[in-house]
Amino acid sequence: MTDSSLLLNAAAIERALVRIAHEIAERNLDGSNVVLVGIPEGGDTLAARLGRILAAIWQHPVPVGILDVTMHRDDLGQRATPMMHPTVIPFDVTGRTVVLVDDVLFSGRTTRAAMDALNDFGRPTKIQLAVLVDRGHRELPIRADFVGKNAPTARAEKILVRLTEAGANEDQVVLQRK
Amino acid sequence: MTFMAWNRPHLLDIESLTPEEILTVLDTALAFKAVGARAIKKVPALRGKTVVNLFVEPSTRTRISFELAEQRLSADIINFTTEASSLKKGETLKDTARNLEALNADFIVIRHSASGAPHFLARSIGAHVINAGDGAHEHPTKALLDLFTIRERKGRIAGLNVTILGDILYSRVARSDIWALTKLGAKVTLCGPSTLVPRVFEEMGCRVTHNVEEAIRDADIINLLRIQHERQRKTMFPGINEYTQLYGLNQDRLARTKPDALIMHPGPVNRGVEIDSRIADCDRSLILEQVTNGLAVRMAVLFLVNGGKGPQEITVG
Repeated sequence: MTDSSLLLNAAAIERALVRIAHEIAERNLDGSNVVLVGIPEGGDTLAARLGRILAAIWQHPVPVGILDVTMHRDDLGQRATPMMHPTVIPFDVTGRTVVLVDDVLFSGRTTRAAMDALNDFGRPTKIQLAVLVDRGHRELPIRADFVGKNAPTARAEKILVRLTEAGANEDQVVLQRK
Repeated sequence: MTFMAWNRPHLLDIESLTPEEILTVLDTALAFKAVGARAIKKVPALRGKTVVNLFVEPSTRTRISFELAEQRLSADIINFTTEASSLKKGETLKDTARNLEALNADFIVIRHSASGAPHFLARSIGAHVINAGDGAHEHPTKALLDLFTIRERKGRIAGLNVTILGDILYSRVARSDIWALTKLGAKVTLCGPSTLVPRVFEEMGCRVTHNVEEAIRDADIINLLRIQHERQRKTMFPGINEYTQLYGLNQDRLARTKPDALIMHPGPVNRGVEIDSRIADCDRSLILEQVTNGLAVRMAVLFLVNGGKGPQEITVG
């Protein structure tokens, strides 16, 4: 039997996203220059949901893209290869403030890969990082600008994130102790 | 995070692949094709890795496609051709490969006139081996790019009628195509002179016919193969003109195919022999798309075999 505990339920996820959206709006007074870029899997769904909340706050549409970072990972060949997802960035990132969105911040290597990958699309003025869960154990000097929940974990534990695009009752974040 | 349905260190043939593995290559290639459309077409996935292109048999398009794929993945490249190599001086293939391995080559892309040469290499050395065509055996990346192209244009592979027309007997492309197409549920028809399309291919799950009109009538895809003059020990049919008359794809024959049937050819094209020159350039011809897709597929294959070390303990973040 696996020993696991619920970190966030659907309502808590929605509250965290609303709070993150307000923090993004507070930090970036000129909302017209902000674009969201989600990292699959998980971050793309979160970015879409954040984009809708921010659009309501700012009263204008917020561009949302998807950035697959698999080709830029530094641990390729050291483990099973992650599934690749399409990268869709239908706007120019040069001169914009890009908010990278990921579900779980762990070693920081995905974030590093994302910043490298983003370079190939242009030169953002600023890159900020929003994550639903920060579980610690950083291996690089990277921190998130916006955090939904800080969750102290042991390295061997796993965080399972289940999200839907529209937001549904079965959405949850679970800590699995094994 | 979900992981690739792929844990092979080599790509030696299509015959041993599962349908899931074939689809994994096609899905991965889709992501790499998008990279080719960006302003910066290079990704660092193979940075610091060394790839040796060991082309013991002449090749232009496959070698160039592999080279560009390797460059776009940021690998370092060594090109090795027969004309300027120690193989000419009597070195064995295994010794050549072990010398390359001693230089810490991570990948060997091999083209060889002997069937099974890539399999032999994979057993002998530690580097990842990719078959870029071995004798009349297989040419796996060609089949994968054909499947990618068909799926992109037709939206599926299962249930399609695919006719392969021409020199099947000496064609490694045909063998790889037959394996790949039948694994994914296409109905394959082979057609050509009986000397080049023997009935024994029925054992691979294909229909064999020597009547070109019948072969192309219901086809969704018509894949033309070049007559491999260099592989034919003696004349397998009376002459090129007769071949063109009996089996060449001309306007008359094209008019009697399904209006949405698409034309493929692995190249190099012999215009006026197996295909009418205008058909090669018409909007139903996928010949140049095959070239574009070949690059994406080869990037995907290099990328996948690099990670093909099996599932390990994972840290993600």
